Amino acid sequence: MNFGLSDEQQEIKRTAHDLLEQRSGFGQVRAAAERGAYDPALWREMSELGWAGIAVEERFGGLGLGYVEAAVLVEEAGAALAGSPLLATLSAAAVLGAAGSEEQRAAWLPRLASGEATAALGFAAEGVAVPVPEAHEADLVVLVEDGRAALFVPAELIVAPFETIDPTRRYARVSVVPGSGEPLPGDPAPALDGAAVLLAAELLGVSDRALAMTVDYVKERRQFEIPIGAFQAVGHRCAEMLVATEGARSATYFAGWAADADPQQRARAAALAAATASDAAREVTAAAIQAHGGIGFTWEADVHWLYKRAQLGAALLGGSGRYRLTLASLLHPDLAAAA
Amino acid sequence: MDLTLSPTEKAFRDEVRGWLADNSAGPEPGGDDDASFPWRRQWQERLAAGGWSGVNWPSEHGGRGATVTESAIFFEELARAGEPLPANVLGLLLAGPTIMTWGTPAQQQRYLAPILTAAEIWCQGFSEPDAGSDLAALKTRAVKEGDEWVISGQKVWTSAAQHSKWCMLLARSDPDARKHQGITYFLMDMEQDGVEIVPLRQITGEAHFNELFLDGARVPDENVLGGSGNGWKVAMTTLMNERSGLAFFHQVRMRQLLESLLEAASERERLGDPAVAQRLGELDARIELLRLTAYRGLTSLERNGQPGPESAVTKLMWSSTNQMLTQLAVDLLGPEALAAGNGWAYELLRARGNSIEGGTTEILKSIAAERVLGLPRAR
Repeated sequence: MNFGLSDEQQEIKRTAHDLLEQRSGFGQVRAAAERGAYDPALWREMSELGWAGIAVEERFGGLGLGYVEAAVLVEEAGAALAGSPLLATLSAAAVLGAAGSEEQRAAWLPRLASGEATAALGFAAEGVAVPVPEAHEADLVVLVEDGRAALFVPAELIVAPFETIDPTRRYARVSVVPGSGEPLPGDPAPALDGAAVLLAAELLGVSDRALAMTVDYVKERRQFEIPIGAFQAVGHRCAEMLVATEGARSATYFAGWAADADPQQRARAAALAAATASDAAREVTAAAIQAHGGIGFTWEADVHWLYKRAQLGAALLGGSGRYRLTLASLLHPDLAAAA
Repeated sequence: MDLTLSPTEKAFRDEVRGWLADNSAGPEPGGDDDASFPWRRQWQERLAAGGWSGVNWPSEHGGRGATVTESAIFFEELARAGEPLPANVLGLLLAGPTIMTWGTPAQQQRYLAPILTAAEIWCQGFSEPDAGSDLAALKTRAVKEGDEWVISGQKVWTSAAQHSKWCMLLARSDPDARKHQGITYFLMDMEQDGVEIVPLRQITGEAHFNELFLDGARVPDENVLGGSGNGWKVAMTTLMNERSGLAFFHQVRMRQLLESLLEAASERERLGDPAVAQRLGELDARIELLRLTAYRGLTSLERNGQPGPESAVTKLMWSSTNQMLTQLAVDLLGPEALAAGNGWAYELLRARGNSIEGGTTEILKSIAAERVLGLPRAR
């Protein structure tokens, strides 16, 4: 048994980390948020590295890797709050890859894998989905309603910006032009579990960044003649942030592995990752603001971006409660009724 | 990443399962600890005869030389089969490995084999009334007289003292040296007049722990472990020794407790409420997280030769999860779960000790903050 990333996976993670450290520091994040637009050069670089097609089959121009590799990319992009359609495109491509017809896959996957086209994934009720990350610029939108998926091109949708507290990402309200769209014939459920794992991975990255920022801050900031990290209350809070983050890491990597290698455990593992990572991200980013004291509450100190992304990510997952009910329903038949 | 067992690990697991299927300790005898201890001792003799005592000990010391993963598998399977831990668990997991690291060949020759068969039981004489989390503040004195040391002082939280032949004893051998420098680690014979054992009653009602009153107890110089004045370093080996085996046993036990709670709650028709489902889903998640994080820790240990951040967090996760589980049991089952003698009542009370024993939650958080996160020393 080996619960570590392989050398190749670690290399992918390291490359992503190094690139994003340079190209998506908080200065760039803030600029993109205030401008209301991403830097297109960043997406081009990601595409050149093959990120857009990391889990797309090689015959469609992708790298043919899996959810673990996609997860470590998304984790690093989350930690950097990198402004790009990476998560949305990977998620939509996964659903298309799992549930699309051969024609649908051949029509879209090569363009998505090269980064030439981008995509978005949304969950609709009565033809309306909100919020859908990246839908405003997507060449392709995959919408899931009542467990079935369908493809839409921009002409088939009414897309309006949905301004949220997280300006580091573009969200939209999407409504379907009646009678339009192309259904995907297959069952999207496995890929939806996979999409949940990717969102959990992003939240893991956000938690990790919040913890790292906090540790750096409490070592530097001095009050009462000593670094505040020397006060037990502060140190203990950091330890609690570590417990939450490492728990999310265990769950997310396990779920990524299960999505690639163990169909029997996949749904449960995805629910575990979604619940754990949602709660961890919200708690850890809130604790990060607290640990920064007064400046944590300022716009300028940048801690808030992580808190806001955590809130949106958890909301997109639908709240950890829903996943705990899924876990409960798998525990005992009597609980399946309650869940 | 591969979370399946390798063929070697599977073969090991199957071998353990096979042996446990054919060998059982039998039902736990009712009554107090005095009936239970001989039962666990006989069980260990059986394990030893089957080659399963000291699975993680190197073969040159009579063990099986199992890898850390195999050791974890062994303890999981033991719990899964509903069998008890061997009686000499402190000898197997603490004293033995410490003697293997610090002992002279003569000491290893003398002490290791009887640990495996449970012929000689070990206890730990570390904590004192004034030296718990701050262990280095210990005051028990060791004074050299000829080729013997004379010990006087008091120890507390000594489990199995009444059954023990030997004690891992920390005492202050040089009161003039700095706090951590003047300590010596002794292998003390418990069967002597200078050692008085007084049972210590816990909130659960029974007395698994003891106080030791040491008044003129004697330890020959050849029973110093690791050299005079070097006791703190030797103690660190004991404290930091790989206890992952025990952690895996506890997790499986917690999973079994949850299953048992589900059955009891189902019988009482308490599982129809979504709020209850939420709390059970939360517990399921936490227990699974603990298992996954512990397994991640094994990979870190095997790859890097030392524990990673996972080890700092698993004990914290275990104690808080067990406290949550035992509290939920009372909530689901109602006042009957608080009846005197009820198993759930016992678990509720016993769980309060989990966040205190083996390193308090407060100390472990400080350790995580300082050693994993690199924060300055706590005030």
